[in-house]
Amino acid sequence: MTLLYAFLVGGALCALAQIIVDLTKTNPAFVMVSAVSLGAVLSGLGLYGPLVEIAGAGATTPLLGFGHSLVTGMLEDVARLGWFGLFTGGLRATAPGLMAAIVFGYLMAVLFNPKG
Amino acid sequence: MTRARTKDREEYNRLAQSFHPPRPVLRNALKAFLVGGIICTAAQVIFGYLSARLPRTQAFAMTSSLMVFLGAFLTGLGVYDEIGRFAGMGAALPITGFANSVVSPAMEYKREGFVLGVSARMFQVAGPVIVYGSLSALLVSILRVYVFK
Amino acid sequence: MALNRRGTSTCVFPNMPVIVSAASVVGPREGKGPLGPLFDLVCGDTLCGEVSWEKAETKMLRQATDLAVAKAGLQDAEIDFFLAGDLLNQIISSSFTARDKDIPFLGLYGACSTIGEATAIGSFLIHGGFASNVLVASSSHHDTAERQYRYPTEFGYQRVPSSQWTVTAAAALVLSSQGEGPKVEAVTVGRVLDFGITDANDMGSAMAPAFADTVWRHLSDLGRTPDDYDAIFSGDLGRVGSKAALHLLKQRGIDLSRVHEDTGLMIYNMEPEICSGASGCGCVASVFAAKIYPELKSGQMKRVLLVPTGALHSPTTCQQDESIPSIAHAISLVYPGWEEKGS
Repeated sequence: MTLLYAFLVGGALCALAQIIVDLTKTNPAFVMVSAVSLGAVLSGLGLYGPLVEIAGAGATTPLLGFGHSLVTGMLEDVARLGWFGLFTGGLRATAPGLMAAIVFGYLMAVLFNPKG
Repeated sequence: MTRARTKDREEYNRLAQSFHPPRPVLRNALKAFLVGGIICTAAQVIFGYLSARLPRTQAFAMTSSLMVFLGAFLTGLGVYDEIGRFAGMGAALPITGFANSVVSPAMEYKREGFVLGVSARMFQVAGPVIVYGSLSALLVSILRVYVFK
Repeated sequence: MALNRRGTSTCVFPNMPVIVSAASVVGPREGKGPLGPLFDLVCGDTLCGEVSWEKAETKMLRQATDLAVAKAGLQDAEIDFFLAGDLLNQIISSSFTARDKDIPFLGLYGACSTIGEATAIGSFLIHGGFASNVLVASSSHHDTAERQYRYPTEFGYQRVPSSQWTVTAAAALVLSSQGEGPKVEAVTVGRVLDFGITDANDMGSAMAPAFADTVWRHLSDLGRTPDDYDAIFSGDLGRVGSKAALHLLKQRGIDLSRVHEDTGLMIYNMEPEICSGASGCGCVASVFAAKIYPELKSGQMKRVLLVPTGALHSPTTCQQDESIPSIAHAISLVYPGWEEKGS
């Protein structure tokens, strides 16, 4: 069942972003930046957590989930370390994605050439 | 005179717009929905497999890493730019698109060297996402912790 | 008024410079297009055996220039000037090609209008008696342009319907004071116009006013109508820009629809990702060398107007929200037998 929700929620978020790109003729880079920020805001409002419960990876895979992870990480670390958690939690929670991007980014650049 | 007056510029911009082919909004949205949905379903399959063996948080984290690998590998093979051309935000919004935005400049600037090319340009597109994500998360967290307790 | 000037800005040549040869080298995609068999050389892949696309573009430009000189039955030592330009920063493809040639070099930048600018200046040099043979050339490469003007080539983004696809092609012409071939009859050098288009994905609309202005001035300077030409080629406005250009000319009472063709719509089979059409210094240059030049030479067309157009922006100016200034030069060309028949 979660598989279906993952498909529907993930697809809907992407379709929404696409509609915004096409209707406002915004550069996709701005939409991606807005998506992360929107994810953070929704997370702060307590709306994104329940969506992750329902849709699983359908909610964590789109970039909004990146914003959500940043906020959850910060809030967790603030609970543990006090205000300094604001400086440790975000990147701790998103480290798996970022580290993978750096490692595999470098590796692919070593292995492959762009095809044009 | 060769720089048109503001009034003429506005008028010409309107005229030029009228010659633009309309964007296929519905078709694009459908393509984004399908491809984005498929990518997210793939992630959910991976997550389902991992969460049976690992704690939930760890399973989510490892799913992200694996999806980044997948996006990176498809970019390396020269496939992901085709997916992106077809699906637009359906390919760009999932974390695989984030990986594509890191790997594509890394590969592209290899010829300029591994320090000033690959590494320096790696976050050319993804950098803003990290910066704005971090700053807005910081703001949201401060509000959550200190203002709306 | 200067002896060979007509109207506001048109130069005529009583002793018409002759285009004695033309050569084109294109990439694989262009080779599969409708003009494929007409090009002199088609590269098997976009790297042309080099390690970078920049090197590939330089190689293509060098091959095109070598071919043009050989076809003219000349040697580099007999060429008095080499005029060339391309899209890359500091016009490296042209300068690096000139590095391997022992010919006095003038580097030009006019974006996609470069071949027009080069042909105009080359004609002036010959008519002024400063040169017997001038080599003019320009090039563009899809992937070098993508990485400089847009995104890394493997970045997955959707192309905008009004955007244009940069052509991988190089072309060269040899202009001579004498010899057999189509002749340069008149040249109208364009003004830089800016009608406030800021969208780099809509260069056709940005260039259309420059095209319309140059064509209008050319026709009124010489007291001609579009019917005096077998064809008027814009290079390259694409679908969107062509519509805007024809509309602007219609507003001035000129109907170009019967004779107008856009070289940006001639080189590809117009697959969806080509969007509005082709563009790039190499597009109008290679279409001219491969298609228009032979038809003029054989007399299939008697007189044509070639109007290469250029968008003079840079990635930096676009990010700073500057609008896109544009230029167009009109080159009137006649078939070899024109002189005897008179005009």
